[in-house]
Amino acid sequence: MNRMQINFTLNGKDIHLEIEPGETLLEIIRKRLGEIGTKKGCGVGECGACTVLVEGRPVDSCIYLGIWVNGNDVRTVEGLAAKDGNLSEMQEAYIEDGAVQCGFCTPGFLMSATAMKENGRKYTREEVKRALSGNFCRCTGYKKIIEATEKGLKS
Amino acid sequence: MFDVKKYYDVDNLGVALSLLSKEPHLIVIAGGTDVLIKMQHGWNQEETELLGINRIAELKGIRMLDNGDIEIGALCNFNQIEEDATLQENIIPLVEAAASIGGPQIRNVATIGGNICNGVTSADSASTLFAYDAKLKLSTERSERIVPISEFYMGPGKVALESGELLTHIIIPKESYEGYQGRYIKFARRKAMDIATLGVSVNYRIDEASGCFEDLRIGLGVAGPTPLRCIEAEEYARGTKVSEEGIAGIAGKAVLSSHARTSWRASKEYREHLIEELVAEALLSITDGVRGEEDE
Repeated sequence: MNRMQINFTLNGKDIHLEIEPGETLLEIIRKRLGEIGTKKGCGVGECGACTVLVEGRPVDSCIYLGIWVNGNDVRTVEGLAAKDGNLSEMQEAYIEDGAVQCGFCTPGFLMSATAMKENGRKYTREEVKRALSGNFCRCTGYKKIIEATEKGLKS
Repeated sequence: MFDVKKYYDVDNLGVALSLLSKEPHLIVIAGGTDVLIKMQHGWNQEETELLGINRIAELKGIRMLDNGDIEIGALCNFNQIEEDATLQENIIPLVEAAASIGGPQIRNVATIGGNICNGVTSADSASTLFAYDAKLKLSTERSERIVPISEFYMGPGKVALESGELLTHIIIPKESYEGYQGRYIKFARRKAMDIATLGVSVNYRIDEASGCFEDLRIGLGVAGPTPLRCIEAEEYARGTKVSEEGIAGIAGKAVLSSHARTSWRASKEYREHLIEELVAEALLSITDGVRGEEDE
């Protein structure tokens, strides 16, 4: 096996790892670094449970090779709260609006919603739905998720 | 964990082409949204060796060349295509096709070059590139050739890339888009994260004096084993009045070029029905201004 060296930041922390070329970013985050907030759902880039931000953009980490984050900034749900433990505005909005049922899809939704908030654009209801269209909630609690996302974008 | 024996992480086109020439068995990977899924389903008995090209900066731009042609780097992702000002101004159907693909996470990584080289008829960008007579720049370590996209698709999953060859750019000639209006309609069961049941890309130029179509081009996806053009309908359209009746005639002819088949997504008959309906819908939606008089 031809192993490869990668350097990246995960939630602001410098990471240096030797990985195998077939390892996914999801496996690196969950198995090697023990950050299990990011979930594995479908494993084929359809459900968005594994969404993380690479250079601020949402990607499906289950079909994103670890080697591709070499030199990049990666953020997961563990990185959303402030250092003092205060949750982000988006996280607070999800709690206040009851946008969480079983919770499995929530980290992925939060990452997509956080990317929306950080790019500073204004979103209509339809645009919110579209920006969240790569994340599936199988409890089908979309109404609350959409409302919470809109609240999080405004706060 | 994907079964990858070796991975070349390349950030330079020359190096990529040289590697591909020495080791033509390498599988080229860009965004990976097709390649990795295929690997999961065991396309190879042996472990795969990958040539990762997604760091090659010179293949990531969209620009208008001095002669007015628009050149799209093969590594442009669909998010970038959707937001590109040059394309928004000149080739709306390609922007609409990009916007219809997957979801945000997929559009952030999936590339237009990969969409084409994957060779499937449902590739949302392909029908539009067919409809604009796009040309593909294929390079090897030593040579370069330009191939019309209509000659690139050999069959399902088969494209005309030769050993050691890489798609580097897609070129949309100025004469293909200047003065043309266009529209892409993807018909699928969901608004996102779905494969097209049918894709229709139309564009036309009008003869102001006669109110007739001077030129009309129709590209279809999932209407046959590869993306295709509706030659019969296009010939019929030239000189046809831009009216509801004229458009209905064109849409009827569009079915003649198709080779739709029945799959679990839809039957042949349903797809043929969609071709006629969607060609008409696409044309009606962009000819409002020129069909003004017909109600009087």
